[in-house]
Amino acid sequence: MNGMRYEAPSSVDEASALLAGASGKARVLAGGTDLLVQLRAGMVAPELVVDVKNIEEMTTYSVNDGAYTIGAAVPSAELHEDADLLGMWTGVIEAMDLVGSTQIQGRASLGGNLCNASPAADSVPAMIAASAICTVAGPNGRRDVPVEDICTGPGQTSLANGEIVVTIKLPKQASRTGDAYLRFIPRTEMDIAVVGAGVCLTLDEGGTCTDARVSLGAVAPTALLVKECADALIGTKVDEAAMANLDAAARAAASPIDDKRGTVEFRTKVSGVLARRAAAIALERAGS
Amino acid sequence: MDGDTNGYRWIGTRTIRPDGVDKVTGRAAFGADFSLPGMLVGKILRSPHAHARIRGINTKKAEVLAGVKAVVTSADFPEILPAEATKGSSPPNYRHLSQNLMAREKVLYDGHAVAAVAATNAAIATEALSLIEVEYEVLPHVTGVLEAMAEDAPILHDDLFTGGVDPKPGKPSNVAKRVEFAIGDTDAGFESADLIVERHYDTEGIHQGYIEPHAVVASMAADGQANIWCSSQGHFMVRQYCAGLLNMNIGDIKVTPAEIGGGFGGKTTVYLEPVALLLSKKSGLPIKMVMTRDEVFRGTGPTSGSYMTIKVGAKQDGTITAAEADLRFFAGAFPGAPVHLGCMCGFTPYDIENVKAVGYDVVTNRPKAISYRAPGAPIAAFGIESAIDELAKKLNIDPLALREKNAAKQGTRTAYGPTLGVVGFEETLEAAKNHPQMSEPLGANQGRGIASGYWFNVGGESSASVSVNEDGTITVTSGAPDIGGSRASLCIMAAEIFGINIDQVRAVIGDTTATAFNRHTGGSRVTFALGAVVIEAAEDCILQLRECAAKTWDIDIDAVEWENGEARPAGDNAGKFEPLTLPEIAEKTPMTGGPISAKKSSNVQGPGPAFGTHICDVEVDCETGHVKILRYTAIQDAGRAIHPGYVEGQMQGGVVQGIGWALNEEYIYGEDGKLQNPGFLDYRIPVASDLPMIDTVIVEIPNPTHPFGVRGVGEIPIIPPMAAVANAIENAVGLRLTSLPMSPPKVLAALDNGD
Amino acid sequence: MAKNHVTTTINGEPVEFLCETQQTLLDVLRDELQLTGSKEGCASGDCGACSVMVDDRVVCSCLVMGVEAEGKSIETIEGMADGDQLHPLQQKFLENAALQCGICTPGFLVAAKALLEKNPDPTETEVRYWLAGNLCRCTGYDKIIRSVLEVAEEAKGA
Repeated sequence: MNGMRYEAPSSVDEASALLAGASGKARVLAGGTDLLVQLRAGMVAPELVVDVKNIEEMTTYSVNDGAYTIGAAVPSAELHEDADLLGMWTGVIEAMDLVGSTQIQGRASLGGNLCNASPAADSVPAMIAASAICTVAGPNGRRDVPVEDICTGPGQTSLANGEIVVTIKLPKQASRTGDAYLRFIPRTEMDIAVVGAGVCLTLDEGGTCTDARVSLGAVAPTALLVKECADALIGTKVDEAAMANLDAAARAAASPIDDKRGTVEFRTKVSGVLARRAAAIALERAGS
Repeated sequence: MDGDTNGYRWIGTRTIRPDGVDKVTGRAAFGADFSLPGMLVGKILRSPHAHARIRGINTKKAEVLAGVKAVVTSADFPEILPAEATKGSSPPNYRHLSQNLMAREKVLYDGHAVAAVAATNAAIATEALSLIEVEYEVLPHVTGVLEAMAEDAPILHDDLFTGGVDPKPGKPSNVAKRVEFAIGDTDAGFESADLIVERHYDTEGIHQGYIEPHAVVASMAADGQANIWCSSQGHFMVRQYCAGLLNMNIGDIKVTPAEIGGGFGGKTTVYLEPVALLLSKKSGLPIKMVMTRDEVFRGTGPTSGSYMTIKVGAKQDGTITAAEADLRFFAGAFPGAPVHLGCMCGFTPYDIENVKAVGYDVVTNRPKAISYRAPGAPIAAFGIESAIDELAKKLNIDPLALREKNAAKQGTRTAYGPTLGVVGFEETLEAAKNHPQMSEPLGANQGRGIASGYWFNVGGESSASVSVNEDGTITVTSGAPDIGGSRASLCIMAAEIFGINIDQVRAVIGDTTATAFNRHTGGSRVTFALGAVVIEAAEDCILQLRECAAKTWDIDIDAVEWENGEARPAGDNAGKFEPLTLPEIAEKTPMTGGPISAKKSSNVQGPGPAFGTHICDVEVDCETGHVKILRYTAIQDAGRAIHPGYVEGQMQGGVVQGIGWALNEEYIYGEDGKLQNPGFLDYRIPVASDLPMIDTVIVEIPNPTHPFGVRGVGEIPIIPPMAAVANAIENAVGLRLTSLPMSPPKVLAALDNGD
Repeated sequence: MAKNHVTTTINGEPVEFLCETQQTLLDVLRDELQLTGSKEGCASGDCGACSVMVDDRVVCSCLVMGVEAEGKSIETIEGMADGDQLHPLQQKFLENAALQCGICTPGFLVAAKALLEKNPDPTETEVRYWLAGNLCRCTGYDKIIRSVLEVAEEAKGA
């Protein structure tokens, strides 16, 4: 760590070039709430740290015809303070708001939470359920990647050398759409999710679910997009029977491990419980 | 209670603590806030293995790294032979303490200190640690108490033979000792019972969880004279232990106490100080050592975990006829689990003719246990208060009523020997019965639990001096660190005795040269014991003040009385003199015999034992096992609350530690014997959003052996909560949980299995 | 590797310092600038004892790199009182005995001040969740929460 270099470029291209050109390991610094913990614990010893917070498109966000384009390094607290964004994508913003404490919220970002690639990341199931799309920039230009294709394993992403997630796009919401994210933690704050469940669903005028996406976190090496859970909801009025099917589908899809935060048995059972509860909240939000 | 100050001017009021402004402005200097010019950074290399023989340590590469000024291993410390393990009346076994400080032949836990370096900055010190080569021969390890007691358990110490058993065993064991406290005949008592409940309980290792990691700045000169700045619960203890571990003269060490950022018993020993001294001597420079949070969890604390069997028998009418406890506590790598204290306190709230409490102190490959707030008693109370609750429910008697029926009171004989004097247990039960929380309605999956607890509190060696300054202000100097507001209480007591305004009194904690020996802060003793000597010293000063007045008026001292901060003639016959105020007398002292001050030292006896009763309401989420605390009330006999705000604070703080112990705190070891959660992320202490307001009721049954009736208050509050929560869960969902912590996966599994 | 030269503002005063890249803002405050009011309890963002304001957001200074202070405005506990006038929160904490050992107190004061500036009339639940990242082991939080609510209440009346 002696000799670690710090750069703060003002454009994505510069940042990308720095990352690609590093002789040793290089890491992106957004909010630092994961990176600095890992540096201190000796888990990573990069030669170069690239601070992206001077890059305007990564630290601002905008809405265009109902679609939000959010800079990957915008602090969560800023997003949560935007009443319109919070009202539209309540699940996503509340999910990110659950990450850590007030102090963490002042720094942590959607991009950082995603790219740290913890299987228990709170924003990821919510973003997946919301059909979020990342714009990735690298030495070979830019490409769009669905959020669910970014994480490939614990701490691993599909980003190539020199690539950065620049923005995250939340699509224009169909009417009568609601999203929700719930997580289980032993205390009421400050814990890593033991189970996370994100649900986004759309109803028709009659109250029948016409579209749904359900994503589970902390029960597999990456967050899962569970088609069977969506199938349990689509075409139904999200009644008790549909909820029971949803519960069963969630439990079937979960493949958690035993660790210091929870057992296989516990995580499996609670996957079903949270999927149901999140679906109930999403349903209410879609209806109102 | 606040309105009634019993005719006192300051006792029972909520004055602002004298050290407060520094603490709210960030000015107060804690252990890591000191610096000395030229200071080096010291760091410790710790074992990655739970149990291993050290075949060799090679420090050469570390020694030659640029910036490294000293390296030490156990070879640099005097070896303390078994015959030297006890030094006078100093509490620890110095041989064990030394081996814990820095491993000799074996490492005994993940985190055990093996070597230390001093370097010009932290980065170099860290690199130096990585250059120290240690050859380990890994041995099988054992972390559980029952496993450690088993026939085929890996043995930690070849020279440890179980004490307290007859005949003396020939084979070494992990059972350091067996203790027993008994009165009457429990077999006969159970015979006469109409109902018996018997269950096993288990608890995990728990850390005190103070927010301030251990820190020290130490400087030792070539002639062996040393200065230490550190936060601890006893700077005299630090001096004594360093001297004993390093074969130094006690008088050659001066320890200055920093403010302390929490201790709860965990800072009543030394980890860094002797190491820093040696590094300083070797390098010729001052050394600063601050533990990381990881080191705090792996290398300090914790308190014991346990396996317990509790058996209680009673008649249909609720009279308890017999009670037995078998308590097996693990002590970590060296003997010293507080199991005897658990045995002594557990059944003491109840007047039972036939009691037998047996305890085992068992070593395991975990960090060496140290005190944690009423050591041993909270663990025993979890089992015993749960058993009392189960008994009440099976007999169909209200849990408070059952306790009232069997309540210990003045004259009750305890199982560990003494007969109780004036105590306030019944009063806490009465206050609980009448508390509004008892009539709060409970909804679905909500329940209420009651639990009580007892702690003897201690007195101990206390030294203080009280000086009258030239302007009549008072300085109280004492030698026990202030960990919870005791300076405020000492000022209050002094102001009350002198009869002056509280802002005329300042209390300071002097260094080890300022007063005679003080036992460390712990055992809920400071307000009681230091208070007693401060009162004595203040009264001596008043005698001297009266003498000055007598000289000034040329009358007999018996004709001078002291009231409301002034000397006055005792009656008209004494003479018509205008009263002399403290400042007026103080400024005359050069003419009347010199400065007024008094020093008192005493091994204060007669602490007031105390009781508490708690009421806890919970709600259980039956689909996830999450337990929410809805309401909590702590009721406690404080004897006399010198400063009600700080008494309440002790109660609320202890309750919340107990709630954490009940619900989520635990040491998690892997199969490999390594600690998996050495941080505040996964060692889960309660956060503000986990809790409601904690209601407190202070009952006052004055302790007859203290001038103001004080009883220790700091430790009782952590004793009842675990059982209070468990009993509330039982009331909510009909499940008796017997394993701590009652974390969501365990609660959910119990609900699903209908246990 | 040469040190980084940083120019910043701390408690309203311009400050310059040198730091290694691996030093956090907390390390810089304590070891380079002798501002030891912010405390290290965990160095991993779990305890809040190191809380400071960076450009009007309360953050853990142990999770901010020293070099990031460039051009920013930093407020620490040392800047909370105005000369010898304590901030109402500081005064209230003293009156209510909302501190025992005091190690967590600077972090709580900085975080509570940030709360009241953003939300002058919080509910008890809002206060508890806002302060959930500040650990206290001594008080059980009760008197801290009461103090924040009382300051908010009194500001309303003022």
